[in-house]
Amino acid sequence: MELHPLMIFVAAVFTHNIALSYLLGMCPLLAMSRNLGTAAGMGIAVIFVMVITSAVNWLLLHFVLIPTGSVIMSYLIFIIVIASVVQLLEMIVEKYFPRLQSSFGIFLPLITVNCTILAISLFMVLRSYTFMQTIFFALGSGAGWLLAISVIAAIREKLILIGDVPDGLKGAGITMVIAGIIALSFIGFSGMVSIQ
Amino acid sequence: MITFLVVNGLLLCIALLLLVAEHYLVTYGECSIDISGERTIKVQGGDSLLAYLNVNKLFIPSACGGKATCGFCKIKVLSGAGTILPTEEVYIDRLEKEEGMRLACQVKVKGDVEIYLPEYLLSADEFSARVEWITDVTYDIKHISLKIQDGKQITFKPGQYVQFKIPGTDEFRAYSIASPPHIKDRIELIIRQVPGGLCSTYIHKVLEKDMQVVFTGSFGDFYLQEDSTKEIIAIGGGCGMAPIRSILHSLEKIGSTRRFYYFFGARTTRDLFLDEEMKEIEKKYPNFKYIPALSEPRPEDQWDGEVGFVTQTAEKYIDEKTEKEAYLCGPPPMIDAAMRVLAKKGIKKEDIFFDKF
Repeated sequence: MELHPLMIFVAAVFTHNIALSYLLGMCPLLAMSRNLGTAAGMGIAVIFVMVITSAVNWLLLHFVLIPTGSVIMSYLIFIIVIASVVQLLEMIVEKYFPRLQSSFGIFLPLITVNCTILAISLFMVLRSYTFMQTIFFALGSGAGWLLAISVIAAIREKLILIGDVPDGLKGAGITMVIAGIIALSFIGFSGMVSIQ
Repeated sequence: MITFLVVNGLLLCIALLLLVAEHYLVTYGECSIDISGERTIKVQGGDSLLAYLNVNKLFIPSACGGKATCGFCKIKVLSGAGTILPTEEVYIDRLEKEEGMRLACQVKVKGDVEIYLPEYLLSADEFSARVEWITDVTYDIKHISLKIQDGKQITFKPGQYVQFKIPGTDEFRAYSIASPPHIKDRIELIIRQVPGGLCSTYIHKVLEKDMQVVFTGSFGDFYLQEDSTKEIIAIGGGCGMAPIRSILHSLEKIGSTRRFYYFFGARTTRDLFLDEEMKEIEKKYPNFKYIPALSEPRPEDQWDGEVGFVTQTAEKYIDEKTEKEAYLCGPPPMIDAAMRVLAKKGIKKEDIFFDKF
């Protein structure tokens, strides 16, 4: 059955959230969720990079790797494409959008090593998505990651105001607990749509 | 075979694309950095402010090698730095932000920049030195002497620190100078082994006599107020001995008559050091009194001196008759406790100088 791209989008945000149900991109999720502003900046940068790299990777896969029978090398190519696309983006943003650069430019190099980006490219191969499906899948996954990190950041901001977290749980500990509870609550969405 | 060609071809294309993009997109041209209105340096933009200042022999304290993890390279940028980055906000509070303080390692030079550097940073220099001697003064503290090479001399105020370069890295660690400023061709440092510490482990485990090292200096706003005539209260512990020793020797050298009480805190006699030297100075400098206090003396210490926290001992001795000035050097809890004691004794905040580490 051909899945509608919008359905994939909704699934990627809620039922198959990349952070909360696949537990990918945990490192920045823990490190960058101290305040909502920074978290949102990182999230938007992730969407941006995710969509662009998955589009480029899809084109490369279908027009270069598959016709030449080089799919075996797709991991390597995907990783290198991600790294160089991020570098290219950084240069372009710095040159033409200095304002954008100061708000999320510094997150770009961090995203190169974010495993969610590679995961999107690998899932699109596994699930044999079309180009449109891939774009919407990337958009949805990015938005889902943004949603997850923003919710966690907002909770952490409130938590500082209360401030009675036990010593042993401070920092990464309590963040994992928060992420776990939110992941549980996201199970409530399951059944809404299903991909795979 | 085709796979091999395809992969290599793709990689080549990507590399070429990046090179071309870099050529056309990353062009900042010549930028100028104006320093306190006194000096202008011309650079090809693109790198960090810290890097350009270092290349031009202007040494800004920095411990982490430009990764925004130490927060030492704070300087005032008057214009041209763009907005503050989230990486800097951890180290720069609201007041400093309004003043224009930035981390020099995070400011990328893309145009003309104006900065302000205090005088002591302008005069800081880089020195290469030879280890003259290195001795253990306690089980975890080493006392070392570094002879400056190339006929250079160092000028500093007693109490200031130098930045010791960890060989093989871009990282530095700050240590107070333990020798007085009239000795200009060498410096002494007192270094405690910090468990897991990169630099102190290097100094304790690797450094030997006659090895070459590099340091920059001098830095810091913790130093002796030389024009003041107030009585001095110094409170310290461990390697907090270093800056106080420098201050003490410099006062003794000029034959000062200022009253000087030095309270030194330690756990047991194992942690006491340079005891003999302090007693020597007491003879030469009649108004100086050295009062060590042990917090946990063991029976075998046979200790008949002061017992308790050094701040409690200080509280016992300090009177409220004359105007006093205090120099504190040690771990934060000790300094906080000392601040409370000094406030109780009516010593004004502006007369208290401290170095937390």
